Amino acid sequence: MSEHEYVPKSKAAKWFNDRLPLLTLGAHLTDYPTPKNLNYWWTFGGILTFCLITQIVTGIVLAMHYVAHADLAFASVEHIMRDVNYGWLIRYIHSNGASMFFLAVYIHIFRSLFYGSYKSPREVIWIIGLMIYLLMMAAAFMGYVLPWGQMSFWGATVITNLFSAIPLVGDSITTWLWGAYSVDNPTLNRFFSLHYLIPFLILGLVVLHIWALHVPGNNNPVGIDIKKPSKDTVPFHPYITIKDAFALLVFMIIFAGFVFFTPNVLGHSDNYIPANPLVTPAHIVPEWYLLPFYAILRSVPDKLGGVILMFSAIFILFVLPWLDTSKVRSAVFRPIYRQFFWILVIDVLMLGYVGAMPAEGIYLVLARVGTIYYFLHFIVVMPVVGYLEKTDPIPMSISEPVLTGGAEPSLARKVNDKV
Amino acid sequence: MIKSNIKLLVLSFLLLISLRPLQSAEMVDPIKVDWSFKGLTGTFDRASLQRGFQVYKEVCASCHSMQYLSYRNLGEPGGPEFSEQEVKAIAASFEIEDGPDSQGEMFTRPGKPSDKFKSPYPNVQAATAANGGAYPPDMSVLVKARKGGANYIYSVLVGYEDPPPGVTLDDGVYYNKYMAGNKIKMPNNLMDGLVEYADGTESTVDQMAKDVTTFLAWAAEPELEERHKTGVKVIIYLVLLTILVYLSMKKIWSRIDSEV
Repeated sequence: MSEHEYVPKSKAAKWFNDRLPLLTLGAHLTDYPTPKNLNYWWTFGGILTFCLITQIVTGIVLAMHYVAHADLAFASVEHIMRDVNYGWLIRYIHSNGASMFFLAVYIHIFRSLFYGSYKSPREVIWIIGLMIYLLMMAAAFMGYVLPWGQMSFWGATVITNLFSAIPLVGDSITTWLWGAYSVDNPTLNRFFSLHYLIPFLILGLVVLHIWALHVPGNNNPVGIDIKKPSKDTVPFHPYITIKDAFALLVFMIIFAGFVFFTPNVLGHSDNYIPANPLVTPAHIVPEWYLLPFYAILRSVPDKLGGVILMFSAIFILFVLPWLDTSKVRSAVFRPIYRQFFWILVIDVLMLGYVGAMPAEGIYLVLARVGTIYYFLHFIVVMPVVGYLEKTDPIPMSISEPVLTGGAEPSLARKVNDKV
Repeated sequence: MIKSNIKLLVLSFLLLISLRPLQSAEMVDPIKVDWSFKGLTGTFDRASLQRGFQVYKEVCASCHSMQYLSYRNLGEPGGPEFSEQEVKAIAASFEIEDGPDSQGEMFTRPGKPSDKFKSPYPNVQAATAANGGAYPPDMSVLVKARKGGANYIYSVLVGYEDPPPGVTLDDGVYYNKYMAGNKIKMPNNLMDGLVEYADGTESTVDQMAKDVTTFLAWAAEPELEERHKTGVKVIIYLVLLTILVYLSMKKIWSRIDSEV
């Protein structure tokens, strides 16, 4: 990838590198030409890598002490919290880590939406990213089941029951998923197995995600193609590594705030009640990061319809690169789309909020309006605005002077640093 | 432009949040107590924990189990911190079933600090049957298992009232202002002077409710003091490192003509 071929200095290194070019890969990663105008929204890729590694490391340790059995799971979690050295710390990092992971991934996704990072030639990066996101949701859902509290059990019951909406074979599929005739010990066992597997699948996809990124190179706030390497780019190391490190540390301070001072605020108190198949909680709510989809699911009176709509809400993102008809990537130069982008952000936040509320009265109305708007945004707004919008003048390059009357190239950075 | 969008975003979010009271109007909010374990550097009141344990042992423990706690926890740092002798004596005051022995027989012996708290009933079914069909919940993590936490537990303990006119209660059901649905199967067990505190503190209902709630808060989060202490150190460390990395970043980026 790099323009100049890397040659190891020592003979031994050259010998090895000729047989397995790991050093060439390392050189590529450090030299990787990166747009110099990347703002802090671009640091979430590194933050997400950190989140994944943190979840894997803490998860492996937790698995050494956790017992995946319906009668013992809850007690083994309390054993971790009370008797394992720093077990409370490891578990709280893991449980809050899931939330931090999703916080970061949502920012990462919305960054991509704002700056058009999903557009040609980066469609494959986008699609791999969505596959990672899907696996993350599966992993998080199954992980939430493992402590075998009330929300674990009833969340698992609600979500697995969705499959029973499939015509004809629905009930058989649900029984097959459960490994029993209800959510029970076999369900817990397989969820644990899959919960341990999925992060490594994610890790593999992350490698592909980064590989696919390194083919066209990073998008940037201005959204224009840049020559690589050029005076518009900086080598990844040390410029981007130090900036990512700074952003990661700020992120870690927030993370530590949750872990040490309000470790349970993002969870549900009912999950400290052991699972009881005979007592249904008053409100069954998923973790906060799944709430917008939960709201979409419940906004449809028909079960099958709700399930289809919920899955469509995710799968519509896979065709986003082809729904967006605009030639301009960055919303900085798209005055109309930019408005709709923020409406979408508000819409998703609102869906998340009503997802936590009972599905009745005003909340149901809001959920329905929010759901309709969500789909309108992708199916109608994105193609139509792309055709009709008069975009602002785009600079020729990041560092070259701009067309007269155009936006400042550094505008994107300046404005967004405040956000 | 983006700025005004952010304003819009914040405004609409505030609007959403203001909708919340509509939903929870019928529930009475629990009493807010200024607990010593609140806040970033909060710690437990040692004397209150010891008194709370006494209330638990003499009152609550006749129905409620605390199966995830061991007697040794009572002597560990960050908890009631009873002395080693006291912990041994407390443990030994319970007859624990052990076995089977070499003859295959179960036997009882005095408790040891490593034993778990003895449960009042052999299983959930027995506890339920003995308490009018309502299982007295295990109290190990009760404070974490209730919305409102310590405030809620305390409020329920002091929230018994005569039912308002028009409300009729079945036998064995009591009226409580803070309980969801206002009906509770646990009778009001606390009355002034019920417990004779070893440290001479006057055992009013309010005092006992506060002490036992403090004890339960510790039982649910025995790591709380260590967590707070470690947290402060971790945050200070991270902030200092962040400053250093920030300055390094400024220096590195100053080599090229760009602002970070």
